[in-house]
Amino acid sequence: MKAFSYSRPDSVRDAVAGVAADREAKFLAGGTNLVDLMRLGVERPDALIDVRHLLGHDIEPTADGGLLVGSGVANSDLAVDPRVRQAYPVLSQALLSGASGQLRNAATVGGNLLQRTRCVYFQDVTKPCNKRQPGSGCPAREGSHRDLGILGTSEACIATHPSDMAVALAAVDATVHLTGPGGERTVRLEQLYRLPGDDPSRDTTLEHAELITAVQLPPPSALYRSSRYRKVRDRASFAFAVGSIAAAMVIDDGLVREVRIAFGAVAPRPWRAHTAEDALRGQPADAADFAAAIAAELELAEPLRDNAFKVDLTRRMGAAVLTELAEAQQQGSGR
Amino acid sequence: MRVTATVNGETHQIDDVWEGESLMYALRERMGLPGSKNACEQGECGSCTVYLDGVPVCSCLVAAGQAHERDIVTVEGLSDTGELHPVQQAYLEQGAVQCGFCTPGLLVATHDLLSRNPHPSDPQIREALAGNLCRCTGYEKILDAVRAAADRMDGGPA
Repeated sequence: MKAFSYSRPDSVRDAVAGVAADREAKFLAGGTNLVDLMRLGVERPDALIDVRHLLGHDIEPTADGGLLVGSGVANSDLAVDPRVRQAYPVLSQALLSGASGQLRNAATVGGNLLQRTRCVYFQDVTKPCNKRQPGSGCPAREGSHRDLGILGTSEACIATHPSDMAVALAAVDATVHLTGPGGERTVRLEQLYRLPGDDPSRDTTLEHAELITAVQLPPPSALYRSSRYRKVRDRASFAFAVGSIAAAMVIDDGLVREVRIAFGAVAPRPWRAHTAEDALRGQPADAADFAAAIAAELELAEPLRDNAFKVDLTRRMGAAVLTELAEAQQQGSGR
Repeated sequence: MRVTATVNGETHQIDDVWEGESLMYALRERMGLPGSKNACEQGECGSCTVYLDGVPVCSCLVAAGQAHERDIVTVEGLSDTGELHPVQQAYLEQGAVQCGFCTPGLLVATHDLLSRNPHPSDPQIREALAGNLCRCTGYEKILDAVRAAADRMDGGPA
């Protein structure tokens, strides 16, 4: 591992200033991804600025009835928070489907959002990778891409974002609070991530030395309460998604009144399915319409040789989860 | 840097800690606590599992500096009576050990599971131990040991 300095500043302001002053410095929180990547030689910071103790560790109600989740909250604590389990079940389910207990205990909310792709070429410094080393090429298009993206990818990069939590946050319209050298700002979860285009080296829209301080959840509603997460993976636990969906839906008189759909493991960011949502709003809540709406979303897909199955997988998984949500509500209202 | 931490109830102070070393390295090589094992160093195998501020984590992914002024319990500290902890006794009696390399991490993970859930179902045991890989046993004896430990700690099945 490359030598680096470690410091633990006393304030967020000092931490931001410390990273801002050094292009090669990085924030450290839970360390579950960054430390791993440093050991692999993928990340080579010359300074780590520890912010774990400075980040919020609480989940607090907001004035509008939502929740403000400090970015230092452990994944395991957010998953079991009773308010989250009741009002945003999709988020709790997504968190519990990720990693192992040990990792969820250490990993923070902010760090989860900023984890890097698990593309095997990105993680192997002996191979070319446009994300790790811009301009070096992408062996994944011809090589091992079974787990990689079909939406929002580019010639330069087909990596996927690995987070489960972020997919759920996209579906519940979360916003992300940032602080940086230029002050504070908030972005919608979707806007946190950028598509690779011809510069895959940057995963997010964050500026250097910008720090995630909190994630805000909107006020509870019937929509978010009627939500769930489904994750398809190669084994039943402790594996990244092959495909996943976070969905929320409210049905009124047999019609889709409101719906949120986000797909995971198919794109460089949580893929909010706006085309499918627009197609479903006001339409009858039945399985054929669900599948057709998701198929419309997937018209943009650019699958490759070994990941074309993700198109069918995503459509079937999506239709199945929306059907389950519809049935749960019809049973609930018939009681 | 100097790191001061509470380890198994005692204050430890270690000097000249290199920033890049892990908590696991500091425990094994500087504090004389080699129970936590060094295997994958990627957070995948769980052999290095310790309690950090009361929750199990992979000590290979915790920078030693991050352990400063925190509370750590290793497999050596599961029992403070001089006798084996019931979880350890159950692993011994059930033969839930072959090469033994994964055992310390599994003991800590099992200890944590039973402290939160005294009567776990088999799926709950499997999920709780998902972060601990064993390449020898096929896990059957480990599941037997967790069930036996639950009975032992509770005086019988629920």
